[in-house]
Amino acid sequence: MVVARTLESKLASLYKAGKIVGGVYIGPGQEAISASIGSCLSWDHDIFSALIRDQAGRTAFGEPMLDATRSYLGSVKGPSRGRDGNIHRGRPNNGLPAMISHLGAMVSVVAGMLLARRIKGCLDGVVGAASVGDGASSTGSFHEAMNTAAVEKLPLVVVLTNNQFAYSTPNDRQFACKSLVDRAVGYGVPGYEVDGTDLSATLRVISEAVSNAREGGGPQLVVANALRLSGHGEHDDASYVPEKLRNSPVGRDCMEVAEQQLLSTGLITDAELLEWKKEAAEEVQAAVAQAQKEPAPDPFADDWAVYASTEIAPVS
Amino acid sequence: MGEITYIDAIREAQHELLSSDERVFIYGQDVGDFGGAFKATQGLKKLFPDRVLDSPISEDAMIGLAVGAALEGMRPIIEMQFADFSSVGFNQIVNQAATQFYRTGVPSPITVRLPSGGTPGSGPFHSQMMESVYAYYPGLVILTPATVADAYSMLIESVALDDPVLYFEHKFLYRWLKADQLKDGKDPLPIGHARVVRAGKHATVVAYSAMVHEALRAADLLASEGWEIEVVDLRSVKPLDTDTVIASVARTGRLLAVGEAFPWGGVTAEVVSRVTSDGFHLLDAPPQRLNSRDTPVPYHPNLWEAHRPTLESIAAAIRNLLQL
Repeated sequence: MVVARTLESKLASLYKAGKIVGGVYIGPGQEAISASIGSCLSWDHDIFSALIRDQAGRTAFGEPMLDATRSYLGSVKGPSRGRDGNIHRGRPNNGLPAMISHLGAMVSVVAGMLLARRIKGCLDGVVGAASVGDGASSTGSFHEAMNTAAVEKLPLVVVLTNNQFAYSTPNDRQFACKSLVDRAVGYGVPGYEVDGTDLSATLRVISEAVSNAREGGGPQLVVANALRLSGHGEHDDASYVPEKLRNSPVGRDCMEVAEQQLLSTGLITDAELLEWKKEAAEEVQAAVAQAQKEPAPDPFADDWAVYASTEIAPVS
Repeated sequence: MGEITYIDAIREAQHELLSSDERVFIYGQDVGDFGGAFKATQGLKKLFPDRVLDSPISEDAMIGLAVGAALEGMRPIIEMQFADFSSVGFNQIVNQAATQFYRTGVPSPITVRLPSGGTPGSGPFHSQMMESVYAYYPGLVILTPATVADAYSMLIESVALDDPVLYFEHKFLYRWLKADQLKDGKDPLPIGHARVVRAGKHATVVAYSAMVHEALRAADLLASEGWEIEVVDLRSVKPLDTDTVIASVARTGRLLAVGEAFPWGGVTAEVVSRVTSDGFHLLDAPPQRLNSRDTPVPYHPNLWEAHRPTLESIAAAIRNLLQL
C-alpha cells in the first residue's frame, strides 16, 4: 500500500509536469482492497487480472515496479514496448493478464486461464482473481463471465470495488439493487461485503474468499465499499463527488486507517512506518530514473508484427 | 461427387485435432452430447468428455474464456452457433484476441468456427456473412474454405497457427458439397494462398466461400456462349493473396469480385482496390463488384434468391464486364 501510494503520487506529479503522454489512473482510497487481493495470491502460481486502480495489488502480487514506470514513461523496455501504455500492461505468462479498457471483459479471460489449467490437470490449489468496479458490474461481459465461471465451478474470486462512481456516474444511476453483493445470489455463488477502507476487515474477508475458492468452493464475489480519492484519471478533478460523501465513513482514507490499525496493535512502530515510506520513495525514484533514461520506441526499429505466426507475418 | 460432405470434413478435422493434440478443446453452445446445432461435433463428447464442453449462451464470455485458455497454452476451438451471434462476442474478438500478441508479445491462438451465409428461410439473424467486418481488424486471420478438402486442411491449419483465426464455414455447403475423399491428394495450399480453380482468358472472377461454386456454375454457362472465365478462390480473405489475383487479371484483363456479404466496403472492395492500385495497367475494363443487396438478409426464399449473388446474377455481371 505504501509503495503503491508513493508510486502513484509520483506518477501523478509526472503527469502534471507533462512527462507522461496519455492518461494516469491511480487508486488512492482503494489500496487496502487491492493490496489484500495481491497479497493472497502467488506470482507464477495464481492468476490476477488487475484493473485500472490496482497498483497496490500489482505490487503485492509481484509485478516489478519497472513495468509500471516503463509503461507510463514510454520506455521501449516496458512489457508492451510502447505499443500500449499505463495500466494496460501485463505479464500473461506469469499470471498477470493485460487488461483491455472494455470493462468486465477480463473476468472471462481469468475463467479461461483457470479452465485451461483444469484441462491440463494443474488447477489444484490455484486461484484466479479479477478486480472490477461498480461500473463494470453493469456490463453484459461481467454477467456472462460470472455465470460461466459459476457453471464451471472455477476457483475465481471477483473483487468488486464499489468506489461510488464510474467516472462521474454515481451508484444511483448505475444499479438499482440494494447492494451489488445481492448479485451473488443470482449467480449461485457466495457473496461477501466489506468496508474497503478497513484494511484489517478487507484482508480477512478477501483471504476467506480466496481460501474458499482454493479449497474447491467455486467462484466467490466480494463487494468492497470505498471512495475513489482521486479523479477518474489525473485529468479529472472529481468535482462531482459531494462533500458530504467525502466526509462520510466510506470516504475515509484506507491508508490512514491501516496506519492506525498497525500502530495501535503494535505491529509496527512510527519509526518503522517512516522507514517503509523512505524505502518506498527511494525505490520509486530509482524506477522512475531508470525508465526515464531508457530509449523510447523507435518506429523504424519496431517490427510492427501483429501476427505471432511467422508464416503469416510477411503477407499483407 | 463422393459421399464426404463439407461438414464431415469439419467434424473429422476436429476429431483429428482432439486426437493428436491434448491442447485442443472445443467450447460452444450445444456442442456436447447434442453434437452441435449442425452436428459438427457429433460423437466427439463421448470420445473426449473433458475437452468438448457445452457453454452457456454467452458469446462474449466464450471468446474471453478462449483467449484466457490460449494464454495458458491451450488451443481452443470455439463454435459460434451462427456467425451472426458473434456480434455479441465482437468486443472480445477484436479487442481481446486480436490485440493480444501485438500488445503483450504473448500469442492468443484461438480458432473460432463461424457457420455463415444464407440458406433458404434462415432470415436476417441466421444468414450473415461477417468476414469483412472482422477482416478490418489487425491481428486476425480470416479463412473462408470453399471445398471439402480446404474445410479439412484449413481447420487443421487454423489450430496450428499461433494467431486468432476466424474460420468462416458456409452453411449452404454443409451437406450440399461432397467429395470422394477428405484430402484431395495434393499438398494443401498454405494459409494465405488463393487458388485458381478454373483457368480462363476473357475475365477473372474472384470469389470465396459458397460464391466460388456459384461463380463456377456461371463460368460453365458462359463457356457455352464461348467465353473462357477464370475463377479464383481466395480461400483466405486475410491475409489476402493479391499476387494470385493480379496474376490472373494480367492474363484476362478483366475483374469481377463476388461476395455474399453486404456491399458496403468489405472483401470485394478490397480486391478491387488492390487490383486497381497495383494492376491498373493490366485492366482492359473497369473492375466490377457483385455483392448481396444492401438490406438485411430476407427470410422468404424468393427474396433471398434475389438478395445474394447467384449463378444468374453472376453470369449477367460477367456478360456486362465483357462488354465494357
